[in-house]
Amino acid sequence: MKNRNLISISDYTKDEYLKILEIAEEFEKKPVQNILEGKVIASLFFEPSTRTRLSFESAINKLGGKIIGFTDSGSTSVQKGESLKDTIKTVAQYSDLIIMRHPIEGSARYASEVSEVPIVNAGDGANQHPTQCLLDLYSIKKTQGTLENLNVFLVGDLKYGRTVHSLIQAMSNFNPIFNFISPKQLKMPNEYKMFLEEKGIKYFEHEEFTDIISEADIVYVTRVQRERFSDPIEYEKVKNAYVLKNSMLENTKPNMKILHPLPRVNEISEDVDDNKKAYYFIQALNGVYTRQAIISLILGLKN
Amino acid sequence: MEHRKELKVSAIKNGTVIDHIPATVLFKVLTVLELHKIDTQITFGSNFDSKKLGKKGIIKISEKYPDTNDINKISIIAPEAHINIIKNYKVVEKAKVDTPQNIEKIIKCFNPKCITNNENVSTKFKVLKKDGEIALKCNYCEKITEQENFVIVK
Repeated sequence: MKNRNLISISDYTKDEYLKILEIAEEFEKKPVQNILEGKVIASLFFEPSTRTRLSFESAINKLGGKIIGFTDSGSTSVQKGESLKDTIKTVAQYSDLIIMRHPIEGSARYASEVSEVPIVNAGDGANQHPTQCLLDLYSIKKTQGTLENLNVFLVGDLKYGRTVHSLIQAMSNFNPIFNFISPKQLKMPNEYKMFLEEKGIKYFEHEEFTDIISEADIVYVTRVQRERFSDPIEYEKVKNAYVLKNSMLENTKPNMKILHPLPRVNEISEDVDDNKKAYYFIQALNGVYTRQAIISLILGLKN
Repeated sequence: MEHRKELKVSAIKNGTVIDHIPATVLFKVLTVLELHKIDTQITFGSNFDSKKLGKKGIIKISEKYPDTNDINKISIIAPEAHINIIKNYKVVEKAKVDTPQNIEKIIKCFNPKCITNNENVSTKFKVLKKDGEIALKCNYCEKITEQENFVIVK
């Protein structure tokens, strides 16, 4: 993976996912390693982010690297009208690797074409967020012991949620069964259902939580966002239909874990937090190990 | 009774004839081939009856021959078109319209949030074929532009 970019989850193969997860596991055992000494990592956040940015910074700090960059483009030359190309080409002169988040879709792919150093995409608008997907895979593997043959429930906004789309693509390598639970306005788009059909992967669609949640190995919840609805009354109708409550977990499998990319609003009730099946905060911690693995593999410091 | 086959667009001695263009995309083909920049004779007609297409268009260009890039452009906008090379009033070659696997710079990405619509970046697509229809998957934003949304890059 040395000198590779990480732009889209589909850029990497199943074996490469597994390699990243294996190295992430090493970092979980020994998170502080001074292997990035002398390296400068650029962290360019053209739009604000909390978790992703802090978890990258935490990963780099634990590896002894230095970070340059900005946390919002307001104080940079972008405000003066500098093109993305010029910003990237300049920052590439100062750094060994660029991590970028940008609101425009495809910006990271374009940056990788003009940059002399590798680019890691930390989210390009509604398009891709591959490091989130890899930390999701890590969390699934760690809690289930395997990625193979799992029953994965995806809940909430399945239409616009980029994390669920990437997860479908990545998990399709491991013979899963999917159950989709969403309001009908936010159903899984046809192109992803066709993708699953072509691969011979079973999926089932539901409009509400049902008893079949007892079959789940993973319940992956995403936020139903108010701004996705043109009619506010429609939003009010569905927003409470997809709230996961502790009482609903009674008959679920002992190995079942609840994941959420965060931030959460009300789609997982707070009484779930103390349940052993709630995994979303540890999932956020796993982001640090996974990002340590990604950076060190791309810089050729692990292989 | 005498049967007269009248030519609706007069014949050319040497050049290229593009026939069987769906009438709805005739002007797109004229634009994409940049025929306004050509100094030889061009004749074209539209809305001719066609059994296959309903209404079709035809373009005749004197003394000019298409290169691969031109044929690629035609194949994206009018995959059913026929391209005939004319020498001394006779068809000497039928250029095959083969849809390429990738196309660049010809069509715009329909996604307003795509980098190609926000910065000075040329479009690049992977060509997807399904049931005779062509769709284009953007190399950057990964969204799919369907044929009905094809807009020519100016």
